[in-house]
Amino acid sequence: MTEIVKSITTPIRLEYVYRPGRATSRFLRGLAEGRILGQRCPVTGKVYVPPRGASPTHGVPTEEEVEVRDTGTVTTFCIVRIPSEGLSIPPPFVAAHILLDGADIPFFALIHECPFDQVRMGMRVKAVWVSKEELAPTFESIRYFKPLDEPDAPFESYREHL
Amino acid sequence: MAERCAVIGVGQTKHDAKRIDVSMPGLVREAALRALADAGLGFADIDAVVIGKAPDMFEGVMMPELFLADALGCSGKPMLRVHTAGSVGGSTAIVAASLVQAGVHDRVLTVAYEKQSESNAMWALTVRIPFQQAVVAGAGGYFAPLIRAYIRRSGAPDDTGVRTALKDRTNALANPYAHLVFPGITFEQVASSPMLWDPIRYLETCPSSDGACAMVLASEKAAARAPGRPAWIHATAMKSEPTMFAGRDQVNPRAGRDCAAELYRKAGITNPRRDFDVAEIYVPFSWFEAMWMENLGFAAPNEGWKMVCEGATAMDGDMPVNCSGGVLSSNPIGASGMLRFAEAALQVRGQAGEHQIDGARRALGHAYGGGSQFFSMWVVASERP
Amino acid sequence: MRDVAIVSFAQAPNVRCETERNEVEMLMPVVAEALAASGIARGEIGFTVSGSCDYIAGQPFAFVSGIDAVGPWPPINESHVEMDGAFALYEAWLKIQSGEVDSALVYAFGKSSMGDIAEVLTLQLDPYTVAPLWPDAVSLAALQARVALDRSRVTERAMAEVAARSRRSAKANPNAQLRGDFDVDALLAEPYLVAPLRKHDCPPVTDGAAAVVLAAGELASRSCARPAWIRGIDHRIECHSLGARDLARSASTEIAGEKAGAFTGSFDVAELHAPFTHQELILCSALRMAPSVSVNPSGGALAANAVMVTGLIRLGEAAARIHAGDARRVLAHATSGPCLQQNLVCVMEA
Repeated sequence: MTEIVKSITTPIRLEYVYRPGRATSRFLRGLAEGRILGQRCPVTGKVYVPPRGASPTHGVPTEEEVEVRDTGTVTTFCIVRIPSEGLSIPPPFVAAHILLDGADIPFFALIHECPFDQVRMGMRVKAVWVSKEELAPTFESIRYFKPLDEPDAPFESYREHL
Repeated sequence: MAERCAVIGVGQTKHDAKRIDVSMPGLVREAALRALADAGLGFADIDAVVIGKAPDMFEGVMMPELFLADALGCSGKPMLRVHTAGSVGGSTAIVAASLVQAGVHDRVLTVAYEKQSESNAMWALTVRIPFQQAVVAGAGGYFAPLIRAYIRRSGAPDDTGVRTALKDRTNALANPYAHLVFPGITFEQVASSPMLWDPIRYLETCPSSDGACAMVLASEKAAARAPGRPAWIHATAMKSEPTMFAGRDQVNPRAGRDCAAELYRKAGITNPRRDFDVAEIYVPFSWFEAMWMENLGFAAPNEGWKMVCEGATAMDGDMPVNCSGGVLSSNPIGASGMLRFAEAALQVRGQAGEHQIDGARRALGHAYGGGSQFFSMWVVASERP
Repeated sequence: MRDVAIVSFAQAPNVRCETERNEVEMLMPVVAEALAASGIARGEIGFTVSGSCDYIAGQPFAFVSGIDAVGPWPPINESHVEMDGAFALYEAWLKIQSGEVDSALVYAFGKSSMGDIAEVLTLQLDPYTVAPLWPDAVSLAALQARVALDRSRVTERAMAEVAARSRRSAKANPNAQLRGDFDVDALLAEPYLVAPLRKHDCPPVTDGAAAVVLAAGELASRSCARPAWIRGIDHRIECHSLGARDLARSASTEIAGEKAGAFTGSFDVAELHAPFTHQELILCSALRMAPSVSVNPSGGALAANAVMVTGLIRLGEAAARIHAGDARRVLAHATSGPCLQQNLVCVMEA
């Protein structure tokens, strides 16, 4: 009798060294100082956060650095209710697009300190940072965003960012 | 100047969560041999092969077309491998068509596949790069906020997505190749299924499938000798835009609108809802049917949901969409776009079986990928262009 | 067939490890230079297509951010192959031949330094029966070299001569990574790396990016004083299974060469994509290269080997010889897959 092999397990392990590039390096250094640094497109004047070094619409370097605020407006969001590999946070949690004050593109982040069913489009939020000692050149320097005690931004103010 | 090109053979596998009965070569051969049989040809008759699939990390093989060359009878032939994210199945067919349209070859085999069970697609989509933001919870976590933005913009009723899901899942019951089949499925079952990425429910979500799709594309001369009715390619179009930029409309992306406009201009389509008999469009989450109806010009902005709610996109509606059950019912990612193109071809050839729209003469095949930024489309018809 | 030509070519300096710039930052100046040299405005380009590979970048969808370097807005007609940029150029050539467009931008990028490239390439092998044994790319090339040494006129000295000539030629190439004068006897006195390959028989690890602009007919003539007209281009693949192939010859190169018209007329220059010294000898034999042809005046893949870019650079370098008036008829070649599995041949004329 020949038994058919239906499956074999072949583990693959490859190691890579990732390098963020100039623009992202500047951004990460900023986070280590508790600042959020964007870059301005020289053609459109729009501020990109996090910057990737290129104006995606014009293919030119974004060189002018612009510091943006750590407050912003939730443009849209979803409530994640299923667990996912590589995510340490237990569901449900809120993943949101946040238009930081001074930026022209929404920033992807988590929202806490607010019941998830009370998160809404237009809600004003502020970054919660790790302690000064823990600040490092990594996205984890911002733990999450929490609600601000401010009136919601009107839909028209962020409509073009959806 | 371009040579005419037609689809003369279509094949697909049974799509399933785990096709452990076949290897990767076995999977692509299953689809390829069916397409060849449909065209009345063998591997020896094929001039060139074009393969498409989504990220290689889904299976853990780098450029797998190299090792699949043997199984697809490619030795001594040209082979190309396309990768344009989720739209890849469509772009692969378009590249294959250009081999014929350029007058280089007469018979081209094109194959797209994904065998996600051989690795872990969710993992592959969320590789943690140290300095990048985590992609939250895969594609659902990415697209759910866009759906929320659509609902807000359009004022669509909450059950729009449920209606599309119910329609596509009902259509899938008439497709023997579909992966997800829920006999007797009801509105209540869809509406009460768990929220995964609010506002997306479980039954409004596409599965992860193993599967493949293949087509034989032919020049006019070769099509004349095909045993079956050809589906003539009247136009193809591809458009891309950046993933993100300031002020980008992610709900109704311009790349999709421009792609449709170019496609319709080439094919002489002036009123898509009237001019198409049937459409197969890429709807991985139910709400995208309403969104793409607007993007493709079937409905005015913010009114796509009306077509869904009125039943216009149902099998018996005036603009049937995804009679095969669509991506919601079978999603071998790399092949999902080609399945849309192939199902459109089956309809105009009168070979769609139980989910055939009677007398379909002109059909749209549509695929998109990335962050709603890569689009590929074609128009096929029973009449020669 | 329409008359189609390479009208401009640009490349980033090939380096061992680009530590400062990410792929987009590397690509931007290269794309801008190629476009400027062609005189065709960004918005006038009919089709854009790129070649790159996720496993080089160590992440899925690596090509997606690459298009930011082009600034695709308003939306553009665009595609991507998970192959060397030379095959992207073939897709662009098809688009122009079909009459859909008159011009195309082709680019490629790859930072081989990010992973252990010889191990990464192992994942190209049959995942069920070969890859689990982890033969790396250098070992497979050594296997092929052994067959070539035993079965053809290839000798270790001839291989060392290829290495010495490539790196001497590279002295005239400001973008090359490995260049200099090497003594063949001294090279042969070096120990084996993976017998019968010595270090000099192998390519360097390279980060790079390149871009080419193609144009048809009159547009090509307006874009370039001496366009490099593509007279023939073809590519062929052969069996993947190494045991099923004669590794001492390159059957797919022979077919592609025949179809591309490589066996009629003579060539001034040939740019061959041969990462290993013995592969250049196999390719020269498959393409029946006359001794008078200047092979790899750029230094070739032995002087710089950014995987996914090297093939496109061969096409660009060969075309650049015509642009500069140094050559009248050239041949360019690109390869993909283990031990020369897939090969592209392109013949260009002034």
